Amino acid sequence: MWSWVGHRITGVVIFFFLLVHVLDTSLVRVSPEAYTAVIGAYKNPLMALGETGLVAAIVFHAFNGLRIIAVDFWKKGAKYQRQMLWVVLGLWVVTMVAFAIRHLSLALGGH
Amino acid sequence: MSATEIQPPRSGQIGGKPESGKIAPKYRRNGNSRGNFEMLAWLFMRLSGVVLVVLIFGHLIVNLLVGEGIHAIDFGFVAGKWADPFWQFWDLAMLWLAMLHGTNGVRTIINDYAEKDSTRFWLKMVLYAASAVIIILGTLVIFTFNPCPVVDGVQLPGGFCPA
Repeated sequence: MWSWVGHRITGVVIFFFLLVHVLDTSLVRVSPEAYTAVIGAYKNPLMALGETGLVAAIVFHAFNGLRIIAVDFWKKGAKYQRQMLWVVLGLWVVTMVAFAIRHLSLALGGH
Repeated sequence: MSATEIQPPRSGQIGGKPESGKIAPKYRRNGNSRGNFEMLAWLFMRLSGVVLVVLIFGHLIVNLLVGEGIHAIDFGFVAGKWADPFWQFWDLAMLWLAMLHGTNGVRTIINDYAEKDSTRFWLKMVLYAASAVIIILGTLVIFTFNPCPVVDGVQLPGGFCPA
């Protein structure tokens, strides 16, 4: 039940980011300066944390989505759905620790 | 089975005959006019989901984790990618699949929580309009983009640009 709630919430968050992300990327069609100015907003420390949160939402939605597919199409999917949720959460933690170390050290590491 | 046992809405056993996957008439909002659209939408979510995991993880790795990561992203970075048909196609597929997947997901959520017919209708119209604008805009940007613009009479540098 909570994985279902989490899937909905992360899905909506990702969808609204996607709308904004297509709009900001579309600025390449306006001018190089316009794009570079707006994309600069993604490069401050606060946004680095926001990006990490967004990626956390994406990775959970991705792994839990694969679990949903397994429940629907794999013969034993429904039987092992609880174990698969723990696998999802485990892989999510490992992936996010690795991503956060890499992304935050790049984003916060000066320049 | 006792007479008072509650049937799940999708059991379809109202008439005594099991019809798997069919929603019993009294739980239907739109009569029977939708054919198997909902089943195709359900299937689309799973198929596009698998492809999107690959496309988006690839997108995040190439744009955020390789080399200088986010610091490398500027106009030249995008221009360099879209000078290559491979990345044009990658981003186009990602745009269309993600937008259709997300639009169908939000459509499901609106159908679940907006109980009034008119509210549900207008929320979905706003959703479809926003999605159409974003898909068309994104597609036009990917295909009409010039990676080698001339700014103030000077060709911007880029290894992918003709000298």
